[in-house]
Amino acid sequence: MELLNAIVVLANFVLIPALAYGSQIALGALGITLIYGILRFAHFAHGDIMAFGTGIVILVTWWLQGQGIGLGPFPTALLALPVGIVATVLYLLAADRTVYRFYRKVKAKPMILVMASLGVMFVTNGITRLIMGPSEQRFADGERFIISVRDFRDWTGLAEGLAFRSAQALTIVVALIAMSLLFWFLNRTRAGKSMRAYSDNEDLALLSGINPERVVVITWAIAGTLMVLAGTLYGLDKSYRPFTYFQLLLPFFAAAIVGGLGNPMGAIIGGYVVAFAEMGITYAWRRVVGYLGPEGWEPAGLMQILPVDYKFAVTFGILVLVLIFRPTGIFKGRTL
Amino acid sequence: MKKLLFATAVSALAAGGAFAQEVRIGILLGFTGPIESITPHMADGAEVAFAEINESGEWLGGQTIASVRADTGCVDSSLAQASAERLISSEGAIAIMGADCSGVTRAVLENVAMATGVPMISPSATSPGFTTFDSGGLFYRTAPSDARQGQLLSDIVLGRGIDTVAVTHTNNDYGAGLANAFVENFTAAGGTVTTTIPHEEARGDYSAEVGSLASAGGDALMVLGYVDGGTNIIRTAYELGAFETFFVGDGVFTEDMPNIVGEAAAGVVGTVPSSVGTAAENWERVGTDSGINWSSSFVAESYDAAALLALAAQAAGEATSAGIAANVLRVANGPGEEIHAGDLARGLQILAEGGEIDYVGATGVNLIGPGEAAGTYREYMFEDGQLTTVQFH
Repeated sequence: MELLNAIVVLANFVLIPALAYGSQIALGALGITLIYGILRFAHFAHGDIMAFGTGIVILVTWWLQGQGIGLGPFPTALLALPVGIVATVLYLLAADRTVYRFYRKVKAKPMILVMASLGVMFVTNGITRLIMGPSEQRFADGERFIISVRDFRDWTGLAEGLAFRSAQALTIVVALIAMSLLFWFLNRTRAGKSMRAYSDNEDLALLSGINPERVVVITWAIAGTLMVLAGTLYGLDKSYRPFTYFQLLLPFFAAAIVGGLGNPMGAIIGGYVVAFAEMGITYAWRRVVGYLGPEGWEPAGLMQILPVDYKFAVTFGILVLVLIFRPTGIFKGRTL
Repeated sequence: MKKLLFATAVSALAAGGAFAQEVRIGILLGFTGPIESITPHMADGAEVAFAEINESGEWLGGQTIASVRADTGCVDSSLAQASAERLISSEGAIAIMGADCSGVTRAVLENVAMATGVPMISPSATSPGFTTFDSGGLFYRTAPSDARQGQLLSDIVLGRGIDTVAVTHTNNDYGAGLANAFVENFTAAGGTVTTTIPHEEARGDYSAEVGSLASAGGDALMVLGYVDGGTNIIRTAYELGAFETFFVGDGVFTEDMPNIVGEAAAGVVGTVPSSVGTAAENWERVGTDSGINWSSSFVAESYDAAALLALAAQAAGEATSAGIAANVLRVANGPGEEIHAGDLARGLQILAEGGEIDYVGATGVNLIGPGEAAGTYREYMFEDGQLTTVQFH
């Protein structure tokens, strides 16, 4: 019984939230790693374009809700996703045409492209704030819980409760589907193979007749899709506000670098490593230890490694450690 | 607004006479920065009071008040001090209605107002620090201090039979000050605070904060912050089953709570500064007639701050900084005839005839010595999704 309670507390406050959060980071980091691998620069506008795409999804969701169109127990935002994805991909392609293509043509150094993406980030941030405003927007609807804390307590008779929100389940499922589709695409289709070839060796790929502009377009299309998915799932699970999406940039890059830049599998593993580290290190383990230890041994302190305020510091710490001791990341990616 | 403009225009014309003199009073608020959305309404509130006084023609034998607005930036001490210096030295202001945020108010008070002997009445600085700060009788405020709110929250929690709580506060002077005041009072009265955790505003996710609060435990969660982070924490804590009962400070007050946090609203009890009875009704009438956004935050307090400055000058019989500073407490606390919002002309008359008044104003003003206002708080909760008042304190 004590053991069960300990597991339930841990699942409620750490395992389930970290799994959902990790999936969102993994989707974002996948985009970063793809762009880094194929276009060869660190895409700083990632978080803000995610906010832009999610903003479009929210506007369409509101319109659908106004029309009385819904998906029953599922959030209406799922219906709005395609519109958001198309808009975001078009936006990314426009940015590529007006900004990045020039630097690619003159074979500019990666750092110049990074600075250009920083500019795109500021412009996008401004556009999103003009359209959506700086404050929090709500768009979640449908069934909120699969298991709610109070129901769980009634069913099991345990002292601790467990909440499993539909947005968390949706995040995990959608992320799994998106990741499998991406791997199938990269490994089995002609376009995917040409992308990997272009990433491995640009000159050889060009010699064997691969059209570089086509590879670029496909890369932006995939990255845009992943951004809108990650952004919408994050918004459904937590909350939408342009500023918080900008803050997600740090965990995204940390995940991509921890896993190995340019390596899709690494980005996914990195996403979960960052999420579980953030949640685990800042979690107060007092209750869990209290259940596991002998009767009356519940510690007086919170048993917390770092206070919650240091959540971002954890991510930063992981990033620094990886860069010092294993710059290529877990899966031998490129070095920055 | 039209009426206000008209009234100001009329009084400006009336002031054209040879006998009339124009006295300047500064309105020093954060017209730019974090609270820029509410400061224009606060300035309007103060100007309504000045317009009412000018219209009466009773102020110091027919003199009129001209207000001069200046910016504090809310968090920019150097800007606030420069503005205050400009008000006093080049505009010739004899008193200041302001400043707004606690930090800049303290800076202006210490470095400008106390150096020049100009009195200030702040409508919105709620930091407990002012209660014990010795300004030499120059600083007053019409918004009640968070020290009192902390005491009140402690009483409310204990009164509901709860003696262990976890506390989370927004990570700034306001949040930390209020949390401090609450924790001190609560532990002194025999309660136990399991933990105090600061939180940042505008985060996407508060489950880590809630996780720590849940591990610390407690029968209720005290949330001292703003609507944004506060409601997010309440919702997360309720959904994770960490807490069922919540107490919130004035910053988290919103009528929209049931829409934002769902069924968790049934467990929320909070306090918010509020005026009651005839004082509130009179203010509503004055505010509606003048066409300003009278129900916005701290507008009533601004009206009171402005009216107090003018009434104090009338009591002194002269429009000087020293005269105002010496007479604020006399007109604010009585004993004497009660003066409500819209009644300023009568107050001026009584003072001119050598009588005494007790200024009640828009918010039930009652000053406890320099730097401290008693104020009235409303204890509220949500029943069936509706905001209901438990009682007034």
